[in-house]
Amino acid sequence: MGKVIVVTSGKGGVGKTTSTAALGAALARMGHNVVVVDFDVGLRNLDLVMGAERRVVFDLINVVQGVAKLTQALIRDKRLETLYLLPASQTRDKDALTEEGIARVIYDLRSRFDWVICDSPAGIERGATLAMRYADEAVIVTNPEVSSVRDSDRIIGLLDSKTEKAERGDRMAKHLLIARFDPGRAARGEMLNIQDVLEILSIPLLGVIPESEEVLRASNLGAPITICGQQSAPAHAYMDAARRLAGEEIEMLIPTEKQGLFAKIFGRRAA
Amino acid sequence: MSEVSVLSAARQRGAMPLRGRSYMAFALTPDPPIADWLEGLDAWLRGSSGFFAGRPVVLDLSAVTLTSAAIGHLISELGTRGVRIMGLEGVAAEKLGPGLPPLVSGGRPAPAEAIAARSQPTPPQERAPASLLVESAVRSGQAIFHPDGDVTVLGSVGSGAEVIAGGSIHIYGTLRGRAMAGTSGNRKARIFCQHLEAELLAIDGYYRTAEDLDMELQGRPVQAWLANETLFIAEIDR
Repeated sequence: MGKVIVVTSGKGGVGKTTSTAALGAALARMGHNVVVVDFDVGLRNLDLVMGAERRVVFDLINVVQGVAKLTQALIRDKRLETLYLLPASQTRDKDALTEEGIARVIYDLRSRFDWVICDSPAGIERGATLAMRYADEAVIVTNPEVSSVRDSDRIIGLLDSKTEKAERGDRMAKHLLIARFDPGRAARGEMLNIQDVLEILSIPLLGVIPESEEVLRASNLGAPITICGQQSAPAHAYMDAARRLAGEEIEMLIPTEKQGLFAKIFGRRAA
Repeated sequence: MSEVSVLSAARQRGAMPLRGRSYMAFALTPDPPIADWLEGLDAWLRGSSGFFAGRPVVLDLSAVTLTSAAIGHLISELGTRGVRIMGLEGVAAEKLGPGLPPLVSGGRPAPAEAIAARSQPTPPQERAPASLLVESAVRSGQAIFHPDGDVTVLGSVGSGAEVIAGGSIHIYGTLRGRAMAGTSGNRKARIFCQHLEAELLAIDGYYRTAEDLDMELQGRPVQAWLANETLFIAEIDR
């Protein structure tokens, strides 16, 4: 059985979709069978970032309602053959998602894939709680600024209370992914530094993704950064994060001000 | 006396587990004329006042013929005498409006002593000021509410989270959210935290927001207490 990961944040625009695509593609490049699932019904974006927007026929809601079979809705990536997308519906309302329906689809996906990565919508409403409901682990995407960090704190509280795992009395493993980190601005005190964020959220760090134009370029090209910009700093950071997610021990590198150079987290105070 | 079955429903739509459970309840059987019966009840209650307080009672209407409004009136009359009706018996289902207790059936007689013993209302015990221990962090949006005593939090209290206690509050992590102690009028309650970054501190309604806090205390281990209707906050000497 595969592992279900929810990528969530509370706040919008912090990089959930980008991170879902990048981590999914990174895990697929490592040879795992991966499906990325868009839960953002009505505001879907994952299909664009994955470059599959013109191939969507059926979507998550069709599958939940039994209109289409799971195999009909899954879109295989053209670049990585172990990477699949289950798109969200753009026209329907998220009320069409039922808890039982989602449970069934997640169960199906879990039996077919090594990794089921769920891209949560922003907010803490139904869409977001459904996306996290059946997850085994969570990746919390945060930007190093106060509002994003507080929203993440809120989401962590929900992960510990509103998920099936929490209701069973189990503890959900949580990983912190700090995205859009600008070492220069952090050094000048215009951004929270990594230590501050870790201190506030007190969950283990999965990776730090440097702010980069490469990420935007990749999104506009319709390719996860871990496919089309493999040599870029954010792609390296995402690859490392994916390896850590898969259980590998990889030294944590914090981006420093000089582009392309990395410093050890506890060696030099990077941020 | 009769036994009553009640279905207890637990949360969650769809997969709602419904469990049956049977309870013992007193059955009151009024006979006409109702006014006389109530008078008789009053006379009896004078001798054993408070007998029905906190005890489940079913109203058996098989001996009388009452309209829906009259049933409602009778229930409110009983209510003023401290008798709370949890169910009705011996009446046509059509007569039961949404405001009335539900119809129960299938009751079996039971000895009055048995039920009196079983449904003995628990005596109002002297509740020790039990303290509450929170071993994790209190995350933004979460509220810990403990009106009966002290609260101890081992982790941090996040921005936008709150801890409300009838007694004192002890926070071993960083306090970034709100802490409100002594909410049930306990002016001796205090707030302690290892690392002050609070949004608000309050004791028995006297509060200070982050703006009114001394900047020098930021990030320090502090305690807050109330004296002469003023909330004092000072670093804990170590």
